[in-house]
Amino acid sequence: MLYRSRGAWGQCKFSAAAVTGRKKQALLNQRVALKLLAQGMNMAMENMLAAIGRWLTGGIQSAGAMTLLLVNILRCLVKYPLRWRLFLQQMYLIGLKSQFVMLTTGAFVGAVFAAQVHFQFVRLGMQSAVGPTVSVAMCRELGPVFCCLLLAGRVGAAMAAEISSMKNTEQLDALRALGVYPVEYLAVPRFLAMLVSAPMLTGLVLVVGIACGYLIAVPVLGVDGAYYWDNTVKYTGPRDVLIGLSKGFLFGIIIAVIACYKGFNPSLGTAGVGRTTTEAVVVASLTILISDFFFTFILNSLFLGRV
Amino acid sequence: MSKILEIRNLRKSLNGRAVLRGVNFSVSAGERVVIIGRSGGGKSVLLRHIMGLLPPDAGEVMFQGVNLAALGEEALNPYRRKIGMLFQNGALFDSLSVGDNLAFPLREHGGFSAADIGARVREALEIVDLPGQQQTMPAELSGGMKKRVALARAIISRPVLMLYDEPTTGLDPIVADSINRLIVRLGDRLNMSSIVVTHDMVSACHIADRICQLHEGRIYYEGTPAEVQASRDPVVQKFVRGISEPQDAIV
Ligand SMILES: Nc1ncnc2c1ncn2[C@@H]1O[C@H](COP(=O)(O)OP(=O)(O)OP(=O)(O)O)[C@@H](O)[C@H]1O
Ligand SMILES: [Mg+2]
Repeated sequence: MLYRSRGAWGQCKFSAAAVTGRKKQALLNQRVALKLLAQGMNMAMENMLAAIGRWLTGGIQSAGAMTLLLVNILRCLVKYPLRWRLFLQQMYLIGLKSQFVMLTTGAFVGAVFAAQVHFQFVRLGMQSAVGPTVSVAMCRELGPVFCCLLLAGRVGAAMAAEISSMKNTEQLDALRALGVYPVEYLAVPRFLAMLVSAPMLTGLVLVVGIACGYLIAVPVLGVDGAYYWDNTVKYTGPRDVLIGLSKGFLFGIIIAVIACYKGFNPSLGTAGVGRTTTEAVVVASLTILISDFFFTFILNSLFLGRV
Repeated sequence: MSKILEIRNLRKSLNGRAVLRGVNFSVSAGERVVIIGRSGGGKSVLLRHIMGLLPPDAGEVMFQGVNLAALGEEALNPYRRKIGMLFQNGALFDSLSVGDNLAFPLREHGGFSAADIGARVREALEIVDLPGQQQTMPAELSGGMKKRVALARAIISRPVLMLYDEPTTGLDPIVADSINRLIVRLGDRLNMSSIVVTHDMVSACHIADRICQLHEGRIYYEGTPAEVQASRDPVVQKFVRGISEPQDAIV
């Protein structure tokens, strides 16, 4: 590219000799550039491998540290009396203040899923199967996963930001200096509130999602309402609901532990709070999505016997 | 007099830099020790070791005969409640009002009735010249006011040992003087021992029973205010008179 444009420029302006001189120079430049590029790519490869290595070891390390934090939280839960005021405050922030977001999420996920399923099933003449498909999918997957992803974004981010800025402004040290263990004071109420709220909010999303699925399929898209509801009830068992709520419970643990861990171990400075928050949300969301795969199989076999 | 705190051969490196290189000193019951030293010299780090907020690389922090450096995070808590600390930047809990910040140590230690707590909070706020500010949030206070609230929070539970990290920096001279008097009064009246970190030689001479200079990670000089003033040691002289040499210039 460099060579050609130089050449063209040279031809119209300079004598033949000058042109060959320039061509030679350009060729040389190109070789040097290529060599540098190769070197750079080598270095980039090495850097990339090193980065992947660091990322992997860092990941394993922090997974271990998060597990320890979880154990520590459970230990504090037993050892110290519960701080009811802080727990209720967190319940209010997590459970109550998230309801509008959850209602919206449940409504639109349920509605759009019912519509999509209907569009496909109607071609097969299976409109009556739309109801159970929507309700089972909402219970087992869409409800808990959407609910907890939003919870990670809303509540997990707030937790990580709050605790990490407390660390930055020495408030965690002040807490320790006053003889209060931060895990017990900060992590336990948040963890417990998350444990209670996440399944409840998941339940809310399920109910709203299924209801809005019905509202779209029956009055709007014209499926027979009696059939729709009959099949929904027939093919959705308590075990589907239990799987959904259990997932909400497990995802709640994941969000609380990851957010608290990131809060207690933040990047420093004001920009660090932002980075910490982002990391908490990304890591929690990915962990939810990946663990969902495994939970699906585990919970499925766990609730196999029940209808 | 009995020693309330004894630090032996305390060493700490942070980010590969040896900040404390074998600090030795002790505080008797009721004594007020002032620590002076260059900015970045490790004075705050030293106070954090006494509180057990940082684990030392080596050495002992003997408080009332117990080596705090050997204790775990939660085992430290009963001892920490006997030590008060004023952080250099206050470190108030910004989600709690001033009143709740002050009540926090009392509520945590337990054994106080609500009326008792209210009375103590009122009294502590009067002591630091901020009466009636219980409902104010920390974000609404000026820097100096924050510091005074933090001071009130640190002393409200009447610890046996107080650590003050630059209590008068950033305050106007009148309030600064009243804080100095307060430190002296608390020491005399409640037999509270204190360690005060300060850059202000006037305050230091006013407060101190003994002045220690932290220099290059060690206690370089120790003496009464009069001895420090009269010292002919060049390092001490330079600090006391506030003289900078060309090689100290900030470029
Ligand atoms: N958490 C930390 N991590 C890494 N290094 C630290 C940390 N805290 C302090 N340091 C380093 O330790 C040294 C001493 O810091 P310290 O805060 O004790 O100084 P200081 O004597 O209190 O200074 P000043 O009078 O300015 O407050 C500094 O070089 C600082 O960079
Ligand atoms: Mg300092």
